[in-house]
Amino acid sequence: MARTNAAVLQVEGLSVFYGDFKAVDGVDLSVNAGEIVSIIGANGAGKSTLLKAIIGQSNRVEGRVRFDGVDLAGRSTAEIVAGGVALVPEGRRLFASLSVEENLRLGWAVGRKGSIGFDEVWRLFPILEERRRQKAGLLSGGEQQMVALGRGLLANPRILLCDEISLGLAPIVINDLYAIIPTIKASGIAIVIVEQDITRSLAVADRFYCLLEGRVTLAGIPADTSRDAVMKHYFGE
Amino acid sequence: MVGALINQLLQGVLLGGLYTLFATGLSFSAGVMRFVNIAHGDFIVLACFALLTMTTTLGLHPIVAVVLLLPVAFAVGFTLQRFLLQRVVGEKILLVILVTFGLSIIIQNGLLEVYGADTHKVAGGWMETSTIALGPDVNVGLFSVLTFIAAVIVVGSLDLLLYRSGIGVKIRAVSDDVATADLIGLSSARIYGVAMGVSFVTIGIAAGFMSIWSNFDPSAGPTHLLIAFEVIVLGGLGSMWGSLAGGVVLGVAQTIGAQFDAAWQIMAGHIVFLAVLVVRPHGLFPRH
Repeated sequence: MARTNAAVLQVEGLSVFYGDFKAVDGVDLSVNAGEIVSIIGANGAGKSTLLKAIIGQSNRVEGRVRFDGVDLAGRSTAEIVAGGVALVPEGRRLFASLSVEENLRLGWAVGRKGSIGFDEVWRLFPILEERRRQKAGLLSGGEQQMVALGRGLLANPRILLCDEISLGLAPIVINDLYAIIPTIKASGIAIVIVEQDITRSLAVADRFYCLLEGRVTLAGIPADTSRDAVMKHYFGE
Repeated sequence: MVGALINQLLQGVLLGGLYTLFATGLSFSAGVMRFVNIAHGDFIVLACFALLTMTTTLGLHPIVAVVLLLPVAFAVGFTLQRFLLQRVVGEKILLVILVTFGLSIIIQNGLLEVYGADTHKVAGGWMETSTIALGPDVNVGLFSVLTFIAAVIVVGSLDLLLYRSGIGVKIRAVSDDVATADLIGLSSARIYGVAMGVSFVTIGIAAGFMSIWSNFDPSAGPTHLLIAFEVIVLGGLGSMWGSLAGGVVLGVAQTIGAQFDAAWQIMAGHIVFLAVLVVRPHGLFPRH
């Protein structure tokens, strides 16, 4: 893999505004191919806003987002997704009246059309194959999260943005979901994990960024960073 | 006596076919996309006048005229949605109603300016004069039967499009949740455009049958909008086969009402509409 050390995603001096409020303030970060990067931060730190800006869903943005070295400014979400960036949105956000299979098919339809097909998703989440004809709205929270992940994977992204995939789920279900993350990484997809749950997301991450009030307050490698330092930058002083 | 009754019922069912055609496009835009197009009836009338010009001035056969009209109808629907109506999608419902109400007035006055206030009709030739004898006292017009068959085909095709095709999945996804559609990279604006284009194709088909079936004039739109609304609400908002049922119920009610007194035709339709709503507030075949 020639690209192994090349940055898939580079965010440079990114600020996002809601009216006069600066939700993200001059953030720099990069994600390399096949790398898991965790973005941690308290509620309201700007994590989800950052992801939305990357995917082209924010109106007022300053700074740059580069994907494979190409500036994404002015591109629609549809173009960005078709180029290889997929989002697993916070709260799962499935289409409730559509079947599991139809929800997944949409991921394929909007995506990059690569080697990940339904067979790969069924292999990762066997339960979904059994439930393929059921309406997504009738699934349990964990199963819905599997569909949301599957939908993102079927877009065949080069980078998968996961927003709070553990939110509202039982610990045992979260364990199952996180067990899959290294498998996804092994297939060469870079992963960004946004979580409030520090322990869980730092355990799988190669690198992390900590956000506080829209700014990066700490960045590094989880193993090299003390728990105290993380907590201090997570909550501020 | 029995023959006459069967005759009336049959006429009612077949009239229901025409009403279904009026309604399918609205069922698609209002029922599925939650976009209430107040100018729906006026667009049907506009298409009728387009067919009138194509058959008289250009001398085309009505069937040829309809076939030529359909791609244009799709383009008009798509363009209108993409560049005008899309601006009010997601805003308050009142804005959607106001904009399409404005379109309704523009169409009515534009038609009045160009064609005058006279009533017109497209000549259907042998299609509208032939009858089929089903029994000693039971005769039906060939054209009514063709209309009903067309209604079944249109309803069936829309149902297949919505539930068995790739674009159908996208349309239902946008109908479920526009914000999420945009978030995962479905371009909701384009999908709304396609859906409105499809709706306008059915408007073109409806106009093809209506322009031969009955007289029309520039102010006929709102009456047809009302019929279309009653049909889709009777059938269940967003249910394609429901609108066929709604059309038939309304058609039969009107035909039987007209038996008592000609003035009762329209009233009987409204009364049955209200009665069904009392018993089944979500229509005969609710979508979910």
